[in-house]
Amino acid sequence: MNLAGQWHYAMQIMPSLLSGVQMTLSIFIFTLIGAIPLGIIVGLGRASHFKPLKDLLGIYVWIMRGTPLLLQLIVVFYGLPIIGIVFQRYNAALFAFIINYAAYFAEIFRGGLQSIDRGQYESARVLRLTYWQTIRKIVLPQVMKIVLPSIGNEVINLVKDSSLVYVIGLGDLLRAGNVATSRDVTLLPLLLVGIIYLLLTAVLTFIQQRVENHYSYFK
Amino acid sequence: MLELKQVSKRYGRKTILNDFNLTVNQGEILAIVGPSGAGKTTLLRCISGLERIDSGEIQLDGKPFDPYINRDNDSVTGVVFQDFQLFPNLNVLENITLAPMLALKKDKDAARKQALDLLKRLGLDGKEQLYPYQLSGGQKQRVALARALAMQPRILCYDEPTSALDPDLRQEVEKMILGLKTDGMTQLVVTHDLDFAKQIADNIKRVEAL
Ligand SMILES: Nc1ncnc2c1ncn2[C@@H]1O[C@H](COP(=O)(O)OP(=O)(O)O)[C@@H](O)[C@H]1O
Ligand SMILES: [Mg+2]
Repeated sequence: MNLAGQWHYAMQIMPSLLSGVQMTLSIFIFTLIGAIPLGIIVGLGRASHFKPLKDLLGIYVWIMRGTPLLLQLIVVFYGLPIIGIVFQRYNAALFAFIINYAAYFAEIFRGGLQSIDRGQYESARVLRLTYWQTIRKIVLPQVMKIVLPSIGNEVINLVKDSSLVYVIGLGDLLRAGNVATSRDVTLLPLLLVGIIYLLLTAVLTFIQQRVENHYSYFK
Repeated sequence: MLELKQVSKRYGRKTILNDFNLTVNQGEILAIVGPSGAGKTTLLRCISGLERIDSGEIQLDGKPFDPYINRDNDSVTGVVFQDFQLFPNLNVLENITLAPMLALKKDKDAARKQALDLLKRLGLDGKEQLYPYQLSGGQKQRVALARALAMQPRILCYDEPTSALDPDLRQEVEKMILGLKTDGMTQLVVTHDLDFAKQIADNIKRVEAL
């Protein structure tokens, strides 16, 4: 194929790649929407002084970080129905991603929370702020600033990890490229897939930079 | 009037305060003086409700008062911490208005006006938009003071107000504390510096390590 032919071919497979992007992005976005708040809550529990809760959440984090996400996807979609919990494919993927990523976020937030001086809680307390007011107005903004670089790492991992959904039969970007590559016996689709991932992470890196700048007003 | 009657406080098996008695009269400055490790900070934490006393009683105007429990419904004590503990993510104005708005349900304009008045009185006008990292130690202390005053406490407590500052700022702190006294503020000053205590205090209570 000459260059024009390649271009023509690329345009031909683009719609299927873009519909793969749609799946990738939808897993990505909804995982973040679920996993970040959940991660904050689990992180607060992990940083608390209530031992049973701490230990229980510790086991959860251990399981989520201690087994492959691929395995977790399989367990959620193929395993849970055995005990009567049936998810549709897409929901199974989201569920597995959210509980997995929440565990990673939780550990990041726990670290951030524990680096906040106890005196901050105490001065909020003598000023008669409630626990949640203290968390929301004082602690979380400071924690956010601390954890942003690590969160950014995980977010970029998530874009790439979302390709694991193929294992339960969902069609994401990487799978769309794979399908075209094996059907048409050319590596061009995978090259395009690589470029699209790079574009996505470039956008995310830019956003991360912007968010980090937003938090640069205090030290 | 705040009174401590036979107050004891232990950390584990270590007794820090043992049958401790103290009276803080309305409008006076009481200094608590003692060496490092004597339990001064612990005493202040008990009075401000950050620690629970193990035995004894605290009375406010002759009535039993438990700061550890009552902290949510009374502006009794305000605290200026040794390291100030300003909120680094909030600017000077926000540091001062946050608690009056959230805890006293003041509206924004009223809280803001009060904060600006306080800043002016403490010689900090024009600094309201700065963040804590942009302030000197003495300025941070005055913001911490303004923040405590904005909650209109009956008793203002300071933990080692001169320790984090340059020695030549000591007189500024003296002036500040005596200035508040003329406004009728009751103040409790914890310090290891006897000379400083003599300069400011109406009464001095000595404490020693047990
Ligand atoms: N949270 C705590 N747990 C155990 N011991 C403590 C705690 N806080 C203070 N102490 C001990 O109590 C004693 C008095 O401390 P502190 O009240 O800070 O003294 P001061 O302020 O007079 O220097 C010290 O021996 C200190 O080690
Ligand atoms: Mg001390």
